[in-house]
Amino acid sequence: MPTAPASTPDTQALEAMRRQLAAWSIRMCARAGSGHPSTCLSASHLLTGLFFGGFLNYDVARPHWPDRDRFVLSKGHGAPILYAALAELGAFPTADLMTLRELGSPLEGHPNARRLPWVEASTGSLGQGLSIGLGMALAARLQGRDFRSWVLMGDGELDEGQVWEAAMAAAKYRTANLTAIVDRNGYQQTGPGDQVLPLEPLADKWAACGWAVLTIDGHDWPAVLEALTQARSAGRDRPLAIIARTVKGFGVQRIVDDPGNKFHGVPLLGDAAEAAVREVLQG
Amino acid sequence: MKIGSSIGLPLGEPTRNAFGEALADLGATEPRLVVVDGDVGNSTRTEVFGERFPERFFNVGIAESNMVGVAAGLAASGHIAVTASFAAFLTCNAYDQIRMAVGFPHTNVKLVGSHCGISIGEDGPSQMGIEDLALMTSVPGMTVLCPADGASARVLTRLMVEREGPVYMRTGRPQAPVVYAAAPELAIGRAERRREGGDVTLIACGLMVAAALEAAAMLAAEGIEARVLDMHTIKPLDVAAIVAAARETRGIVTAEEHLLDGGLGSAVARVVAREAPCRMGFVGLDNTFAMSGKPDDLMDHFGLNAAGIAAEVRRVLGA
Ligand SMILES: Cc1ncc(C[n+]2csc(CCOP(=O)(O)OP(=O)(O)O)c2C)c(N)n1
Ligand SMILES: [Mg+2]
Repeated sequence: MPTAPASTPDTQALEAMRRQLAAWSIRMCARAGSGHPSTCLSASHLLTGLFFGGFLNYDVARPHWPDRDRFVLSKGHGAPILYAALAELGAFPTADLMTLRELGSPLEGHPNARRLPWVEASTGSLGQGLSIGLGMALAARLQGRDFRSWVLMGDGELDEGQVWEAAMAAAKYRTANLTAIVDRNGYQQTGPGDQVLPLEPLADKWAACGWAVLTIDGHDWPAVLEALTQARSAGRDRPLAIIARTVKGFGVQRIVDDPGNKFHGVPLLGDAAEAAVREVLQG
Repeated sequence: MKIGSSIGLPLGEPTRNAFGEALADLGATEPRLVVVDGDVGNSTRTEVFGERFPERFFNVGIAESNMVGVAAGLAASGHIAVTASFAAFLTCNAYDQIRMAVGFPHTNVKLVGSHCGISIGEDGPSQMGIEDLALMTSVPGMTVLCPADGASARVLTRLMVEREGPVYMRTGRPQAPVVYAAAPELAIGRAERRREGGDVTLIACGLMVAAALEAAAMLAAEGIEARVLDMHTIKPLDVAAIVAAARETRGIVTAEEHLLDGGLGSAVARVVAREAPCRMGFVGLDNTFAMSGKPDDLMDHFGLNAAGIAAEVRRVLGA
């Protein structure tokens, strides 16, 4: 069973894998003709670090192993990069990735736990994942197991009141085995978050709810690995929120440069997709 | 969408677009009109209103429960408050707020749920509103609308805004086959007879009206003449039209892009059972969350098409 490595993860290998997952996300959405590639790209370091840096205690061969760490993709529209990570870990053939969103494929537009055994929670209605992650963290304690619960959320997703209900409940129960990772890319569906619903001072909000908070650059490998290491470290008596400052569409300049967030939920198609794949692999 | 294509119905605007444009037009003549969005105005098309009347447009972020409460507060203060999100998020996430702040006090809030049914396609079950009619008809005093095409959606948007009290209207994502000429004369609570026929009655709403017209053409080739009713108002139901159908034809088949539980079919069946028992059939989603796929593929897979309706008619008539 794979467990968290004692040694520091190899950032070069991680970066290579991250680029693969980014490329898959773009290709999968291009093939499907729909999906949210820019959402996947901003989370690419966070997800790659967690899954391939040895931080997630997980074995795709045994998706129902009771001691596995739980990962909840609360921002369910980031499904492609989760599927890509699972395929690269050997859960199913990478060729299956190109069935994203097809009739009958278990790789649905948003993660469906009933169709895909590696999906811990069905998501796609934003704001619900942290509560589920908290329930899992409480179950670990109740069952005397030492697994951890990780929840990846969008920053726009934090608009939902349920997130803060979960945050306060987690503080009450001092679930140190629960980590919330916020993909703080600054954009949501209809525009920049600071115009749609301002969240700042965001770190203060989590702290006020009783959480430990780390604010990091979510595209800087040392920072990401250090934060994930801290998440696993003993000696904290409360849940941890990692606020990762990221760039929506990271690695694809035409998405990054677009000030209007026009690419939210819009795939790159044809030549544009191929160019973007080259860019994330080589750029 | 290929629904309606076999009888030559051209594809028109999506009902969500028609709603968005009609709403913006109403903003010019109705100063009390305000709109509350939950970070999806580009999906529901309330953004058209927001661009023209930014001071009367509030985007409260991805927070449907709050959104409905804010709309209720505006309505309680003299405004006509329209609030829209995906049908699933609006009616499921904010059900308690709809019940307590809209239904119970009977406030002047107009709820609009886009992305109804499975014809949204690839995004999959989490984004599909397939229980919204059940939830919204369960609110006492709520009017519930489901337009068939763009032209009727425009008219129903106006009627919704003019009507006093809570209204829910569902709209769809894909281009809708054109069923009506421009600006049809519709009335809330009055079914529209879109085809005459004495053998069986098809009662449909939304995209399934076009599918029912298509089914009627298929059945006609077999010698079965179907009456087709567009039941664009699910609540209050046109009881007289249902009773007439039950008495004048040999059976009723309902068709909806919704779960069979608590939707159009259930509502019609209640009227039929009480007022004029007749044979009935039901086309809709049967105890399923559906799945991802192309809109046409999904409609075919779940039998939400002309063939599915025609098969149900044959079963009902024993033909
Ligand atoms: C409850 C709910 N309301 C609305 C939506 C529609 N929606 C999908 S993605 C999105 C924006 C999400 O923004 P964010 O959480 O910041 O994610 P990211 O920027 O990573 O894409 C919205 C509003 C939804 N999926 N769920
Ligand atoms: Mg964001």
